Amino acid sequence: MSIFLNKDSKVIVQGITGGEGTKHTALMLKAGTNVVGGVNARKAGTTVTHKDADGNDVELPVFGSVAEAISTTGADVSVAFVPPAFTKDAVVEAIDAEIGLLVIITEGVPVQDSAEFWAYAQGKKTRIIGPNCPGIITPGEALAGITPATISGTGPIGLVSKSGTLTYQMMFELRDFGFTTAIGIGGDPIIGTTHIDALEAFEADPDTKAIVMIGEIGGDAEEKAAAYIQAHVTKPVVGYVAGFTAPEGKTMGHAGAIVADGAGTAQGKKEALEAAGVKVGKTPSETAQLMRDILNAL
Amino acid sequence: MEYQAKELFAKHDVPVTLGIVANTPDEAKVAAEQLGVVVVKAQVKAGGRGKAGGVKLAKTPDEAFEHASNILGMEIKGLTVNRVLIAPAASIQEEYYFSFLLDRANRSYLCIASVEGGVEIEEVAKTNPDAVKQIPIDAGTGVDEAKARSIVAEAGFPEALVEQAVKTVLTLWTVFVEEDATLVEVNPLARLEGDILEALDGKVSLDENAEFRHDDHAAFEDKAAADPLEAKAKEKGLNYVKLDGEVGIIGNGAGLVMSTLDVVAYAGEAHGGVKPANFLDIGGGASAQVMADGLDVILGDEQVKSVFVNVFGGITSCDAVANGIVGALELLGAAATKPLVVRLDGNNLDEGLRILNEANHPLVTIVETMDGAADRAAQLAHDSASKGN
Repeated sequence: MSIFLNKDSKVIVQGITGGEGTKHTALMLKAGTNVVGGVNARKAGTTVTHKDADGNDVELPVFGSVAEAISTTGADVSVAFVPPAFTKDAVVEAIDAEIGLLVIITEGVPVQDSAEFWAYAQGKKTRIIGPNCPGIITPGEALAGITPATISGTGPIGLVSKSGTLTYQMMFELRDFGFTTAIGIGGDPIIGTTHIDALEAFEADPDTKAIVMIGEIGGDAEEKAAAYIQAHVTKPVVGYVAGFTAPEGKTMGHAGAIVADGAGTAQGKKEALEAAGVKVGKTPSETAQLMRDILNAL
Repeated sequence: MEYQAKELFAKHDVPVTLGIVANTPDEAKVAAEQLGVVVVKAQVKAGGRGKAGGVKLAKTPDEAFEHASNILGMEIKGLTVNRVLIAPAASIQEEYYFSFLLDRANRSYLCIASVEGGVEIEEVAKTNPDAVKQIPIDAGTGVDEAKARSIVAEAGFPEALVEQAVKTVLTLWTVFVEEDATLVEVNPLARLEGDILEALDGKVSLDENAEFRHDDHAAFEDKAAADPLEAKAKEKGLNYVKLDGEVGIIGNGAGLVMSTLDVVAYAGEAHGGVKPANFLDIGGGASAQVMADGLDVILGDEQVKSVFVNVFGGITSCDAVANGIVGALELLGAAATKPLVVRLDGNNLDEGLRILNEANHPLVTIVETMDGAADRAAQLAHDSASKGN
């Protein structure tokens, strides 16, 4: 089992003909993902050729729109590699076409665009992950995003993280156990799927035995997640928060990673998580060790 | 800065008096000769300018000269004042607070308005929170005239000012949306003699991600106040933040770099309290050129005694990162003088280690784990500092 993505997912790529789209379509196929086509209005009717996980050539159709791609292929997941200036339109198109899951990899989306498409998505059928995220991987089944599929195999841990490289680092640290699904939700101020959404899904997933939650400075997502864990999550959760040494008022790489007016500090998030019964590691390796201890005791 | 916020207000027809920007006391005097009784206001990107002595009333041009002499060069919250705004002194009857801002928690926008106190808004929020109205804005529908009227009614603007307030709210919303702002704040929004509503001071925060559709926004950047190393890094397209410490940091991915800073700070506790010197995220592609640019900026920081390169090979494989490090050290040649502790993990690690071992550069130490490498880098920085290098 897994959350949001599995071997039956049919994946299309918005921006399949671009540089990033081409590179990561190849990697998604190699990871065993059932990529069924892509979208680029200017190249509709053409095809792109890649290799599947077994090294055989696959020819993927390029469609003029997400709606057309869905009606032809039955796609239910889209991964968007679209430049920031065109991301909002691409998202609205995918929502209108009622794609089930939309993963937005693009970094640098204006936050008002994200606020608008988030408002637009309310009451619609599309789950959004991102923007500015590495996407989602269900090891051994499918990858919708850019997470390296070779880091870790399948196992009992569910992982949700704001950060891409910390997702990779934590998967690497715990590769001896493996993961049901790992989701990078992105470091922007406004994102689709939250820590809470992922926690809820991992709690409901019978194969996920324990959860790692990685946060960072800025906003109050970790504090809200802590309250959610206390009220709704029965599985063990281990946490990690990055940015204890971040100075106030400076954006640390991710657009959303900023301590402003004393709010959103790593210390505050750590305390909120610990108050909810979450064991919080001081470093990634200590966090991994906490998880290892929990899994060994199960 | 205030004068820039006011220029954006004027561009979108928000009622505002621009005043005159002065870079010297003489310019301040000339401006005061034109404007009469004026307020001399320090222009820095920080609040609390008044409390810091950066805002003074000048009844005569000579007083304006004197205040400008004192304020120019002053430091407010670590920022040097390089210019002052000479604004006509206004006869204020009442002060209000008004802002539109990004509301992360609700993934939308928020309007905050209070007719009880402008500049003392933080005090009002503590003592009389009901007087500070927080009004959610739907990011899909925004603020039209009907919404503006409901905001003005909820905030409780006096009857005589309602029409002006509605117009001000609509024009401020235009500033927020058309300039891609994350904050548009007027404080105070003042009721002047004759029931005139005017934005006396303001602050606008712009979304850097939206710069591609605002060619004019780059001009708002305060290059003079920026840290020289940060300015240099920005020129090279590097994501760098200068901190106060001795261990230079290079890593990939914002989360991993933040984590690296933390791990170095913990490690430093055992080594004379050395701290991370910077945040530097070289992103996905760690080419020799990017690595060299990064090292060049970090080695330009005189405080730095050692450098910790912490890369997880995800999309980028470790051999590419190793080649980047070796190539960067070749590019820098004799300019590279500080010890480098390198920790690699992930994709194609063995080949990456082979490349580094083969190059066998005297400055490079490879350490297997992130914690171990942080400890080594902190130790090297401390040893070097205690030798007085």
